[in-house]
This record gives sequence, structure tokens and C-alpha cells, in this order.
Amino acid sequence: MTAVLEVTNISKRFGGISAVDGVSFDVHEGEILGMIGPNGCGKSTLFNCILGQLTPSDGEVKVDGKVVTGFRPSDLNRLGVSRTFQLLQVFPKLSVRENLILAGQEHQGSMMSRLFGPSDAGLSEAADRMIGFFKLDHLADEAAGGLSYGQQKLLDAAMAFMGGPRLVLLDEPAGGVNLTMLVDLRERLAAINREKRATFVVIEHNMEFVMSLCSRVMVMAEGRVLAMGKPEEVRANPAVIEAYLGH
Amino acid sequence: MTGAGRYWRIALGAIVIAGLIVVPMNFNRYGLFILSQWAVMTIAAMGLNLTLGYAGQVSLAQGAFVGIGAYAAAIMTSQGMPLISALGIAVVVCFAVGWILGYPALRVQHHYLAFVTLAFSTLAFLVFRNEDWLTKGIYGISNIPRPHIFGVATNRPLPFYYVCLGSLGIVSVMLWWLIRSPWGRAFQALRENPIRALSLGIDTRRYTLMAFAIGSALGGVAGTLYAPLTQYVDPVPFNLSLSLDLLMMVIVGGAGFFFGPFLGAMIAVLLPEWLRFTQGYYLMLYAIAVILLLIYSPTGILGILDRFLAERRTKTASALRAVAESRLGTAP
Repeated sequence: MTAVLEVTNISKRFGGISAVDGVSFDVHEGEILGMIGPNGCGKSTLFNCILGQLTPSDGEVKVDGKVVTGFRPSDLNRLGVSRTFQLLQVFPKLSVRENLILAGQEHQGSMMSRLFGPSDAGLSEAADRMIGFFKLDHLADEAAGGLSYGQQKLLDAAMAFMGGPRLVLLDEPAGGVNLTMLVDLRERLAAINREKRATFVVIEHNMEFVMSLCSRVMVMAEGRVLAMGKPEEVRANPAVIEAYLGH
Repeated sequence: MTGAGRYWRIALGAIVIAGLIVVPMNFNRYGLFILSQWAVMTIAAMGLNLTLGYAGQVSLAQGAFVGIGAYAAAIMTSQGMPLISALGIAVVVCFAVGWILGYPALRVQHHYLAFVTLAFSTLAFLVFRNEDWLTKGIYGISNIPRPHIFGVATNRPLPFYYVCLGSLGIVSVMLWWLIRSPWGRAFQALRENPIRALSLGIDTRRYTLMAFAIGSALGGVAGTLYAPLTQYVDPVPFNLSLSLDLLMMVIVGGAGFFFGPFLGAMIAVLLPEWLRFTQGYYLMLYAIAVILLLIYSPTGILGILDRFLAERRTKTASALRAVAESRLGTAP
């Protein structure tokens, strides 16, 4: 199996605090890696270091064997690395369809063709397919800011897939989403993973969601990797139970 | 949008355009001057609306770009060069300077950015006033000729009004295209959520600079019309207060609404004229009107309309939902 993402010895220090402390792991093509750990253990910081939102203090990130440490998020995205955020990140005044077109447009053509070409960058159909796939049909022309929290979360996830990414990092996709929608979301993610061979890394606190979706789980505590393995192995690991799962 | 609504809009647009062409035929010299000034200021405000209203980047320098355009036109046409070449130079210079002025926006935002652009505005004013060899300083440049368009002289007020109106039309179409293009969407993404935009592959740096450059270039276009309109250019009209006026036009009309600058410029240019009968009080009345408007609707005049339409849509939607629910209730 080839590694889509290789993270080697990444550290991030804020003043005297090491938020991420020498973390290394690989993500293989087509797998769904879950990432769990208590709040403040450095999961989101690690994401931000991988994705160029933060510059790591140390270490190296490779995507498809190419070193991308210090790349800007927009350049990484165009290399096929996409993400969602822990807190809602949609464009509230644009419609659902416009949000999706926006999410894919920079992957189409050049700056010039985006100025002189069609106003939807040829993405209306793809956007409508994505809207159908995430069951947002009746909301396609609504302003994204008017959607419910769960619906915005679905839109947020849908946006991450518009550019046809190879690797998607999802930061708490299930947070604040109700049970029915959660089942939908898991099913959608699993389907994309199956059909498009897209590779995922998922930060999530909902254990059932992680255990049923992910092929491997990485547990973080205090900025380090505490355990890594199959969901059932991790669940049985005493150190993990101690640090995170509780008794 | 429904088909009928679309036809109403087209009909309304056609009536307004026809009105702008036909009605001023009976206007006197002064009326035509005011209306031409409205067209010119609308162009400048549309540029600022792109930078501020759509892309969310505050600028207090738009007046300086009008000045650069006006001086380019004044200097070149009084040397006998055609206005169109001055337009070309003004657009290129303002685009380039606007691009450079955009760099601070990559580091600072909001009122910090306002201060940076304010400093540029002051700098430009000092150049207009002190560089006598180029701008003739405080004496200004007079006897600026009006252009010949396709061999037709536009010295009289009415033909020159049509030049201004035609330019406004061309700029409007171009800007409409830009706003509807993926670029327009990316500009709005800068305003709404730059961090998310970046993670979606949108090169926020390039789009920010573009928003500044294009907006500034439109200021330059307005300036190249301003010089032959007044036929005299001196530094005073291009001080900070013009930038503030343009900012007010955008805010009062409705920032981020395509037709906001048209309304805003109308109020800023025409209202003081209408209130002139009150003599010394007109500026005060004007100020009070603006304050009241912004308290009532911080999103400007078009914000009121938008709110009204949104409310009506919500009412229609909930009425439909009520009907649907009552049907469900009676279903076996």
C-alpha cells in the first residue's frame, strides 16, 4: 500500500507549550484513519500543521511522496488535499449551490478562463449531484447561513469533496449533528471512500462513529501519539482507556 | 427567480435607461452637469463597491485614484493627446498602484487597513499639490478640452453627458460580468470567510490584490471623465473628503449590492442640490438624513429592499408549509 500522507516528527510549540510533540504517522491510499484524544491534546493543531494553516516548528509532511511542509493551504488544496473545520465554515450569504461551485471552481481552468468563461465554471451539474448526494435538494437555492446547524455541517463536508480530492481531513464532522443525520453522514463518507478511493483522516469524539467508519484509529494525548491500530485493538488498549475512554 | 419577476426587472431597467437618455434632453446646462457628475461618481463608487462591498477590503483612497485619473486626462489632453489614450494610461497606472496598495491588506484588515489607505490618500494629495512641474500645483490645469467621439465634438453639455452615461453603461456591463464570474464569487469568499476560502484552493492573496487593483482602476476611469467634465483640475477636489464621500455613497446605497453605488451617488450628488432651497441648513439636513438612514438600515437603501423581499419570501414559504402540513394532517 502506498502512503498518501506521510507525517514525520511534526512538532508545534506555542511559546513554552508543545501543542504537538514529535508526531509521526502514515495514511495509506483508500483508508479512513480516525484520530481521537481528549480536548486540547493537539489534534486540530496537528491538522493545521499538515494543511499549512500553521507552520510546524519541526518535522516534515509529504503528500504522495512530495514534501509539502510550509505550503499555503490554497496550493495544498489544488494538489488534492481538502479539509473541513471543527467550527462551521460555510459562506453564509451565498446559496448552497454557490457554496459548492465556489468550493470547486479553483480546480477548473486558469484565472483567465474563470474570468471569461461561464459564470458557474462548468460546475452547476457537479454541484447539483453533490447536493443530491448529501440530500440537500430542497435547500439548493437557500442562503447557507439560513440552514440548520446539521445541514450546514453536511454542506461543509460536501464542499470538501467538490474539488475531487485524494485526501480529506475532517475535523469533527459529527459534532452537533443529530442521530439521523449522523447515520446519513457516515453512509455518505463511506460511499465516497468506496467509490472514489478517497482517503480520509477524521478527528471525532463520537466513538461509535469512529469505530464504525474507520479502518485504523490513532489516539493522541498531550501532543503525542498514544496508540495506533485497528478500532477493536485501540478500544482494548489499557493506556487508551486510562487517558481517554474512561471506565 | 420567477419568469414574471424577470420580465418586470427587464422592463424597469429599460424604462430607467430610456429615461436617462430622453429626459435630460430638456435639462439646462447646470442640470446636465449634475447628472454627468452623478454618472462619473457612480463609476468611482462602483469600483469602491467591488473592493469594499464585495471583497470586504476597506479603502479610504478611492478619491486619490479619481485624482490620478483626472490628472492623467488633464495633462495628456491639454498636450493634444486623445482622451482615450489618457484613459488607457489612467487605467494601467491606477491598476498598478491599486495592486501595490493591496499588499498591506494581506497583513492588516478593517480600521488598520483604513489607516494605511488613508495615508496613501494624503500622499497622493501632496503629490498633486506640490509637484508643480507635473500638476501645476495649486494653480491647477485649466481649459481641459472635451473629446471627439467618432468625429463628433462633445463640447456641449448634452453630448458630454451622453459620453459619461455611455461610459457608465460600459463599466456597468463589465462589472456585472465580473461579479457573476467565478472571480466575483471568490471576492465574496474573501469577504465572508478568508480562511475557509484558502482551504478551498482560492488564492486569497491574488484575489485581494485584484479586488484592490480593479476597484482602483475604476476610480481612474471616473477621473478621466471628471477632468473634461469640469474642464479644470486642481488638487482640492481629490483630498480625503472625496474618498469619504465615495465611501458614504457605497455604504448609503448598500455595500455589496450591484445597484448600491447608483443610488448612493444619486443621494450624495443630487440630494444636496435639492436641499439647496433650505440655504445654510442643507448640509445639516443631509447629515441627519444619512444618520437616520444608517440607524434604520445599516446595510443601506438596498438593504431595506433586500430585507423586505426576504420577509416576503419567508411568509410565502411558511404559507406553503402550512398548506402542506394541513394536507398531511387530513391525509388518511
